[in-house]
Amino acid sequence: MNGIQKTGIALFLLAFLVFTMSLSLSNFILDAKVAGQQFDDYQRPFVLSALRQMEGRSYSRVFSFMRDYDRALKVAQEAIAQDVKNNLGLTPSDGAYWSKILKDDKIKSSHFPVTKASAQGFLPENSRLFFWLSIGLGVLGGLMFILPMRRLPEGIKNNGIYHSSLHARGILGIALGIWLIAFYVLLYFYPEYLVNWAIMVDPLSRFLNGGEASQWFLYGFLYTLAILVMGLRMMIKYRHNNYQLLRTGSVMFFQLCFAFLLPQIMTLLHLPSADLKNIWPLDYSFFFEYRIKHLLSSGYFGLFLLVWGVVLIVVAVPVLTYFFGKRWYCSWVCGCGGLAETMGDPFRQLSSKKLIAWKIERWLIHGVLVFAVVMTALVLYTYFSGQSRMLFLDSYQVRHWYGVLIGSIFAGVVGTGFYPLMGNRVWCRFGCPLAAYLGLVQRFKSRFRITTNGGQCISCGNCSTYCEMGIDVRWYAQRGENIVRASCVGCGICAAVCPRGVLKLENSGEVRFAEE
Amino acid sequence: MHIVILGNGIAGITAARHIRKLSDHRITVISGESDYFFSRPALMYIYMGHMKKEHTEPYERWFWKKNRIELHKGWVEQVVPEKKRLIFADGSEMHYDKLLLATGSRPNKFGWPGQDLDGVHGFYSLQDLEAIEYHSKNLQQAVIVGGGLIGIELAEMFRSRNIPVIFLVREKSYWDMVLPPEESEMINRHIREHHIDLRLETELKEIWGDEQGKAKMVVTSKGDKIRCGFVGLTAGVHPNVDFLRLSSLEIDRGILVDEYLQTNIEDIYAAGDCVQLRKPPAGRRPIEAVWYVGRMMGETAAYNLCGQARKYEPGTWFNSAKFLDIEYQVYGQLTAHIPEEQATIYWEHSKEKKSLRIAYDKRTRAVKGFLSMGLRLRHLQCEAWIQSETPVDKVLQNLKAANFDPEFFPDWSKEPAKLI
Ligand SMILES: Cc1cc2nc3c(=O)[nH]c(=O)nc-3n(C[C@H](O)[C@H](O)[C@H](O)COP(=O)(O)OP(=O)(O)OC[C@H]3O[C@@H](n4cnc5c(N)ncnc54)[C@H](O)[C@@H]3O)c2cc1C
Ligand code: SF4
Repeated sequence: MNGIQKTGIALFLLAFLVFTMSLSLSNFILDAKVAGQQFDDYQRPFVLSALRQMEGRSYSRVFSFMRDYDRALKVAQEAIAQDVKNNLGLTPSDGAYWSKILKDDKIKSSHFPVTKASAQGFLPENSRLFFWLSIGLGVLGGLMFILPMRRLPEGIKNNGIYHSSLHARGILGIALGIWLIAFYVLLYFYPEYLVNWAIMVDPLSRFLNGGEASQWFLYGFLYTLAILVMGLRMMIKYRHNNYQLLRTGSVMFFQLCFAFLLPQIMTLLHLPSADLKNIWPLDYSFFFEYRIKHLLSSGYFGLFLLVWGVVLIVVAVPVLTYFFGKRWYCSWVCGCGGLAETMGDPFRQLSSKKLIAWKIERWLIHGVLVFAVVMTALVLYTYFSGQSRMLFLDSYQVRHWYGVLIGSIFAGVVGTGFYPLMGNRVWCRFGCPLAAYLGLVQRFKSRFRITTNGGQCISCGNCSTYCEMGIDVRWYAQRGENIVRASCVGCGICAAVCPRGVLKLENSGEVRFAEE
Repeated sequence: MHIVILGNGIAGITAARHIRKLSDHRITVISGESDYFFSRPALMYIYMGHMKKEHTEPYERWFWKKNRIELHKGWVEQVVPEKKRLIFADGSEMHYDKLLLATGSRPNKFGWPGQDLDGVHGFYSLQDLEAIEYHSKNLQQAVIVGGGLIGIELAEMFRSRNIPVIFLVREKSYWDMVLPPEESEMINRHIREHHIDLRLETELKEIWGDEQGKAKMVVTSKGDKIRCGFVGLTAGVHPNVDFLRLSSLEIDRGILVDEYLQTNIEDIYAAGDCVQLRKPPAGRRPIEAVWYVGRMMGETAAYNLCGQARKYEPGTWFNSAKFLDIEYQVYGQLTAHIPEEQATIYWEHSKEKKSLRIAYDKRTRAVKGFLSMGLRLRHLQCEAWIQSETPVDKVLQNLKAANFDPEFFPDWSKEPAKLI
């Protein structure tokens, strides 16, 4: 490590600290106007009157601000319930009853915008400065660390990984894991605690899509930035390897253009926005009626999106996977894969290679696939029949739990939060229903395989160790067997790190070689 | 029947696995070095932090129990064929019905003055690795003696921790008994690019120690005195057979075996590095201390131990290694010594460190061998061409079939053909 790199790390750490601390640099004075906007005309007066006691009061913490806000809204909720019963004369058996009362969900989803609008003081007044001091400086520090890596000789440089606390599940790795897990818990369940960060990216959001930054804009921005910066690192690390260069370039491109920019532009043009490369069942809400209705009511473009999504599922996945294996998606296109292959690369060695882990993996991932299919079947049943119940299952309950358990906890909190603890593909390996679908095609009907070079394997274990999917590649390689596994995402790192040139990713079906 | 295997390296473990596939005999594998089989060529990666010890173990712990392979840790001091007994260093004994000796190698020491000082080590075993790790703390200068495959690995290891290395090589150029001049020169350059102080045509004369008996200075054949805290002795290995010399086993440099890998004593076989073949197959040497040979011999020995006679037929020679960042592969006997009746075609990339050499018979034009640097060749393809004596011209035309580089790598396979 040279001086520039050390400075880079120092700057990055400083930026990281500023970024984390910046969450506490606002105070909150209720913005009643924005609070009122979160509710409909009927509910608004109840809410505003309940919130009156908070007016003008300054809170130094989100926690106490939210406590009073929730108390006030409980009062409003009860008042509304009374009013619905006594003055409107509705009971739970009336359909209209449910659209009048104030639901918990509604309160919850008002937390973020209300908190954000109510933030005042040091950070909101200096939000641009903080943007540059945290995110800007972090990127700068990261680049100062990453770019000088070009000066090392080309080749596999995994030196010191297992001596590093960060990369080998030491104190630093655990600390980072806790930080990431906390971030995801806040993002999915308590985004109101992250408003300061959203405020920092407001100007960018306004520029790109004309609106204020939601927590999802914030997340998308950080996500894309992480893929771009760490993608650069990946490209420098593997600059001798064209496969890695192309693949990394591809995930960076798809994240930046398809996942991040295009949806903003669609919004700007008042078109329904969509991530064109997200495929059901990873995109589990694709068939939810609000989305289908939205698309159907958005003219030809909406119809195109609907057809496109279905074509991806029934044509693109099987055909492309037949020819290229699931890698065409998982390690070239997918956003989750993109983050795993870039920001997650330093942690790939932490995936368990134990046989028991493989057993658990097969149960879990196919379980999630079944869950996703059943959930979607219920959604469509409800869509076409108008009934929410089928047998003992409630369509709305099932999709709610899918969203919480799989969409938020598994994909987010565990999937990424556990990078420094269980490797960079926890979600892709154990949870992603699309990966399960792609994997079934790959396992039973694909020309893709990793071939083994005769008897050259020395059983060293580099391939297995650096397999992010936890495949014990060596098990096959040392017997001269080809590797055909449902989970292989075709990242190609086993072939790259193998010191004896034993492994090759091929689309050729059974390998033929000229006898003469 | 109780089959005992002495040595849990690749030869012993491969034998054990195949015996289990072939039979229900009781199997015990003995080693004094480690509880579990690990990949010896991977030792360097433990030091460099690419892996931990457990990653270099090809089988999980449950594997042994499930396959009923008993593992026994301990050093055997004596083999008594007359009583079918092994005697351990702690005095305990073990009976066998059939015995496989797979005891591996030991680093060569050529009687240099000071070779047994503290801080002077070979690099072969886990214990050696521990010693190297121990001596690496605050190490200011390492000297490595002997320019073979293990020497360059040891140099790479020290460089991974920025420890300065002086690399003493007796020959004119790195590993030039094996590598033809161009390839050897490429590696010389590459070694120096990695800031390893390569000193060719330089031998170790003696090592001086300090009052505590710790190495502190190396004197070379050129009269240079080098202050250092560690001396690595990597001038080759020899079969680990000294403890057997007093027994009735016939031993020359290694344990002498016939083509069934049987020693002069019935029920005792040998496999791996410790073996010396009485009649090596055509194109092969009597002692071949490489991983692949251990694996093939282990499998052959398993059949013979289980009463199914099977000759050791290793086929076409192949090997591979990695010199720092450059991968090396060879198929067929293609070394620095090109026989009179053969010629070679040598292609080297104009900028990158990539090359391919193909040997062929001048008269019949049959292809004889392949030697590559920085690129990957398809083993089975090269072997098929060699075995079927395909004319070199045809090989050059179809070279793409032998390209095993990862996808999207620049294709070199058209280049060598342009040279003739
Ligand atoms: C650093 C290094 C790198 C290498 N790299 C490569 C490579 O890249 N490619 C390649 O082809 N080859 C390589 N080799 C050579 C290869 O490792 C050996 O050829 C191979 O390991 C030999 O296997 P074996 O089973 O014959 O013996 P070993 O692996 O040596 O196993 C023998 C075992 O028996 C034990 N033993 C011996 N005597 C006794 C006793 N009396 N009592 C109890 N236990 C005993 C030993 O302790 C040892 O554990 C390398 C060797 C080293 C040291
Ligand atoms: S990295 Fe290569 S040599 Fe090592 S175990 Fe894997 S396939 Fe074998």
